Amino acid sequence: MQVLLQVKDLKVSYRGVDSSQNHAVEDVSFEIAEGEVLGLMGESGCGKTSIALALLGLLSQEQAQISGSIQFRGEELLSKDRNSLRAIRGAGISLVFQEPELALSPVMKIRDQVSEVIHAHNDWKWQRCRAEAELALARVGLADSPRIFSSYPHQLSGGQRQRVVLAQALACNPALLIADEPAASLDARSQGELLALLRDLQRKLRISILLISHAPEVQASLADRLMVMANGRIVEQGPFEKLYRNPSHSITRAMLRNSTPSTAAEELNLEMVR
Amino acid sequence: MKLGKPQSNSNKFEPLLRVSGLGKHYVQRRLFSRQKIVVNAFQDVSLTLYPGNTLALVGESGAGKSSLARCIALLERPSAGKLELAGENLLVLDREQLFPLRREVQMIFQDPSSALNPRLTACEIIAEPLLIQREGTKSMRRARALQLMEQVGLDPAWERKTPLDFSGGQRQRLAIARALALGPRLLILDEALSNLDAANQTLILKLLADLQAAHSLSFLHISHDLRLVSEFADDVAVMYQGRIVESKSTWKLFASPEHSYTKELLASVRSVESIVLERSA
Repeated sequence: MQVLLQVKDLKVSYRGVDSSQNHAVEDVSFEIAEGEVLGLMGESGCGKTSIALALLGLLSQEQAQISGSIQFRGEELLSKDRNSLRAIRGAGISLVFQEPELALSPVMKIRDQVSEVIHAHNDWKWQRCRAEAELALARVGLADSPRIFSSYPHQLSGGQRQRVVLAQALACNPALLIADEPAASLDARSQGELLALLRDLQRKLRISILLISHAPEVQASLADRLMVMANGRIVEQGPFEKLYRNPSHSITRAMLRNSTPSTAAEELNLEMVR
Repeated sequence: MKLGKPQSNSNKFEPLLRVSGLGKHYVQRRLFSRQKIVVNAFQDVSLTLYPGNTLALVGESGAGKSSLARCIALLERPSAGKLELAGENLLVLDREQLFPLRREVQMIFQDPSSALNPRLTACEIIAEPLLIQREGTKSMRRARALQLMEQVGLDPAWERKTPLDFSGGQRQRLAIARALALGPRLLILDEALSNLDAANQTLILKLLADLQAAHSLSFLHISHDLRLVSEFADDVAVMYQGRIVESKSTWKLFASPEHSYTKELLASVRSVESIVLERSA
């Protein structure tokens, strides 16, 4: 399999108010092959989202200092300018957030919101973008039967809204999808449906996914390989089943909930509550 | 002056919280129209919670769980029914009479990042309830806050850090310390663990169980995650479309679920093990 994304010695640090440096990500290296799902787990605040933002070039120089190397299809992303990054976002690498409410405009019909993404990346007439948007919405399982395409986000359920966001993310056929807690805001039933949809689409479209989630059930149903982070560093990475069956780190074991609560609590108290 | 709650004279066998026939509806008004739409958040809810016990309230999003929690904490006024805390009917009391009772019921919310003021230090956050209830001097409040930080597993040396300096698990510990400041008898946990990773969920559950044993706290634990709450709840109430459809002890609910929604809920609980087995098949 060919390597799609290669990250080497990535460091992200934020400037504090008193010009101090907060190291969010330190010396993180990983690869994602074409058509592979890489899971990323870790407690909140350990740097997962910082990695996602760095990959998309969404951290400005004023906010953060980034060093290391991010190669996407052999091209270095960290040295690219704003315009070439904009062309890659959405068409090469795209992103699905946890909160579909925040990702969608409340005053725009959903077909137009998806068309807008397509319009931004192609020189097509609006008519054609709309038609493509309808195809994209159909692909994520949204049919226009109760006039869903011309509704506003607040008229849809949480699960439907997350599908719209997914349609937007996949509309321009990206090679890599970064899914940051895609199912966390949904209830059990919609969560299961969304994960099954994501798995089907991943196989059908052969896209790679960086799946950021702290839920072991989510990782278990999608991830080929898994990466566990703590305090901005990777503590362990490898094939999912190997990490699940033979974790070499107690944090991995507790994250995957493959131990009884009381023993996990004792082991972890030593490591995580300092 | 002594900080914390006055010694309670509660009887172990008398319910701490008794909710009967509670209901809440919201009235929506349409723009440019006299038409009013009544939305029932929940209706005819009855619950009983004993001192030192945990009652789990489960149901899908939109079932009315959080509205019920807000009504029990009297952040909102219920529109019907009766709400008794340690034998006292709360709904006949006015704002001023309620004020001293508010210390008895504290809430912990889902997202600690938005529940904590980012501009206050850890110490100020924990001491704020004491300040609101006008307890002690500044130095006494600080001493109590540091003591609470220690209790929830945060280093008291971090007293001057702000919420942004803490990780998600640590922020939830901070929220727990604040909720404990006034020595409450009832803690309402509204999805308090859902934003945390499995490792932190385990640690916080352990912390809550220890605190419950030490202070004979009662918990009303609201969640859509049946697996999570069943680990330490004595009883479970299942809410569906604004009503409690089933309410019984945890082991009975798992052994013999009656309502079809409960059965569906139990079926959706999948262990990581079962998913892993399925993928290798």
